[in-house]
Amino acid sequence: MLIFTLRRIAYTIPIMLGVSLVCFALVHISPGDPLVSILPPDASVDLQQQLMAIYGFDRSYPEQFIRWLSRALQGDLGNSIATGRPVTSEVMNAVGNTLILAVTATIIGFTFGGLFGFVAGFFRDSWIDKLASTLAVVGVSVPHYWLGMVLVIVFSVELGWFPATGAGPGGSSQWSWDWDHLRHLVLPAVTMSVIPMGIVARTVRALVADILQQEFVTGLRAKGLLDRGVLAHVIKNAAPTALAVMGLQLGYLLGGSILIETVFSWPGTGFLLGQAIFQRDLPLLQGTILVLAMFFVILNLVVDVVQSALDPRLQRG
Amino acid sequence: MTAPLVEVSDLTVTFAGTPPVHAVNGVSFTLGQGEVLGILGESGSGKSVTLKTLLRLLPARRTQIGGSVRVSGQDVLALEGRALADHRGGVVSMIFQDPGLALDPVYTIGHQIAETVMRHEGLGRRDAMARALDMLDLVRIPSAKRRLSNYPHEMSGGMRQRAMIALALACKPKLLLADEPTTALDATVQIQILLLLRDLQREMGMGVIFVTHDIGVAVEVSDKLAVMYAGRFVETGTVADIIRDARHPYSQGLLAANLVGAEPGTLLQAIPGAPPALHAPPVGCAFAPRCALARPACAADPVALWQSREDRWARCLAAAEADTADATADPSP
Repeated sequence: MLIFTLRRIAYTIPIMLGVSLVCFALVHISPGDPLVSILPPDASVDLQQQLMAIYGFDRSYPEQFIRWLSRALQGDLGNSIATGRPVTSEVMNAVGNTLILAVTATIIGFTFGGLFGFVAGFFRDSWIDKLASTLAVVGVSVPHYWLGMVLVIVFSVELGWFPATGAGPGGSSQWSWDWDHLRHLVLPAVTMSVIPMGIVARTVRALVADILQQEFVTGLRAKGLLDRGVLAHVIKNAAPTALAVMGLQLGYLLGGSILIETVFSWPGTGFLLGQAIFQRDLPLLQGTILVLAMFFVILNLVVDVVQSALDPRLQRG
Repeated sequence: MTAPLVEVSDLTVTFAGTPPVHAVNGVSFTLGQGEVLGILGESGSGKSVTLKTLLRLLPARRTQIGGSVRVSGQDVLALEGRALADHRGGVVSMIFQDPGLALDPVYTIGHQIAETVMRHEGLGRRDAMARALDMLDLVRIPSAKRRLSNYPHEMSGGMRQRAMIALALACKPKLLLADEPTTALDATVQIQILLLLRDLQREMGMGVIFVTHDIGVAVEVSDKLAVMYAGRFVETGTVADIIRDARHPYSQGLLAANLVGAEPGTLLQAIPGAPPALHAPPVGCAFAPRCALARPACAADPVALWQSREDRWARCLAAAEADTADATADPSP
C-alpha cells in the first residue's frame, strides 16, 4: 500500500509538468494581444517594445515557459496585467471562495445523489426507483444558469429569504463563517449541487443494480446475512467507482462554474477566469488554469489512493 | 426410525415471464442424515434450481414454488425474514460453482468466514476469527494464518474453493449443497477438492446434495444418484445401480457419452438432439423426442414407472415393459 502510494505520487510529477506545458501553450497560442488592455490605442512602437520587455513577451516561447515555470515553483505566478496585483494572491483568494462553494455543493450533491442512487438501485423498478431516476435525469439536463435564475426569482425576489448575489454583505469577497455569509452561500450551492447530484445518483444506481446481480450477493444471502449485512458489502463494493466519479465531479466544480459564479456574482475562480479571458490578462489566465489543473491532479491522486485502499485488486499493475 | 434430513415432495418451480419457464416439474426425494445424493443432469435440467430452492435463493418476485420442502422437520417454503436467514448458513449452506464469483472481492477471506460465524453464533470478532482460522486448517489450506488476511484474488482457484468450503462449513450445517463445485477448477485440483469434501462429509456427518453434469464426479462422492432431465428426476438408485444397470435411456446415454473406457479414435456416443425449452410443463416423457426407444404411448401422462426398491426406480415406459417381459420370460431372479 505504501509503495503503491509513493509510486502513484511519483507519477504525478510528469503529469504536472505536462499540464503546465499545455496550460502555457494554450494561452499563448490563442489569438489576441495581451497588452491591448493597458496600452493606449495611440501608443508608440517604442512604448510597446518596452512593455513587451517588462512582461517578458519579447523572449522566445521556451524561454518564457522556463522562466514562468521556475517562478511558479517558488509560488510566484507573476502580476496581473490589468490590475498589476500579484496573480498568486488573486487566484488563492478566488480558489478559497470557489472551494467553499464547491465543497458545499459537493456535500449536498453527493449526499442526496448517493442516497437516491442507492435506494433506486436497491429497489430497482419500484416507484422509488422511477422517481429517483426521473429526478436524476432532470438534474443532469436542466441548464444550471437557468435553474439559478429561477431560484433567485423564487427565493430572493418573491420570498426574500436569501440574497441574490455576492459572497457576503456589501459585496465583500472575503469569506467568513457567519450567518450573513452563509445566507449568500445557499442559492449558488444548491444550484451547483444539482448536476453532481444527478450524475452521482445515476452512477450509484447502476453500480448497485449491477452489484446486486453478481453471484457473491447470492453467496452472502446463502450464508444467512440479513439485509443490513448485505448492504454493507454492496456499499464497499460500490465505493471505489462511486468515489472516482465523485472525485471527477468535485474537480469540475473546483474549476468553478463560470455560469453559476456569473449569475450569482460569486468571486471565485470561474468569475476570475471569465475576467482574465475578456481582458486578455495572460499571467492571470495562465496562473488560474495552472492552479486549477494542479487541484485536479492532486484530487485524482487522492481518489486513486483511497480507491485502492477500498479495493485491493486495484493495487496490482 | 428418525425423520429424514431432507424431504422434498412434488416440488415445482416456475419462473414468471413471457413465456414462463417451468424449471422444475415435480421432484420428490428424501435424504437421510449423513447421506450424499448426487444429482446428475445437463445444463438447464433444473438441478441448480432444485438446490437453490432448498435455501430459497431464487428471486422471490418472479419465482413460483409449489410442493413442499422440509429440512430437519422445518418447512423451508414457509420461512421468512430472520428465520430464513437463520436457516441459510446455519442449517443448510452452499458452495458455488465458481468461488471467484461467489466470494466478495473486497473483503478478506478471514472476514467473510468470521462474519458468518458472528451472524449465526453471536461470537465476538476475535473468537470468530479464531474459528475462521480453524476452518482454514480443516480444509487444509497451507499457512492458514496468513491466508486469513488474503483477498480472494490473491488465491488460486483451488485455494478459493477450499476457502469457500471452509466458509460453508463454519457453522456446522446439517446439510451442505454443492453446486458443481469442481467445474471451474483444473482436473488435478478437482480430485483434491472432491476427496476433501468426501472426508469432511464423513468427519462431520452432514448430508450433502451434490449437483454435477460430470458422471465421474458424481460417482466419486455420492451414495445415491438421481438423474435429472427437463425438471424431473428420471431415474434414481445407488451409485452401483446406475453405473451397472441404468434403466432409463437418458441415463444410458449419459454413461455412453463418458470418456472413460472409450476406445481412442472412435467417436463418443452423443445423445442426439437438445433438451426441450420448458415453456410449458412437459407432458409424458420429456426425453421421448430424443429417445431411440420412443413410441406413441410415451407421450401419455403419467409415464409408466419401473421400480425395484423404494429408492430404485426409473420413469420409462420401455424399462417398465422390458422388465415385465423379462419377468414372464425368465422367472428366476
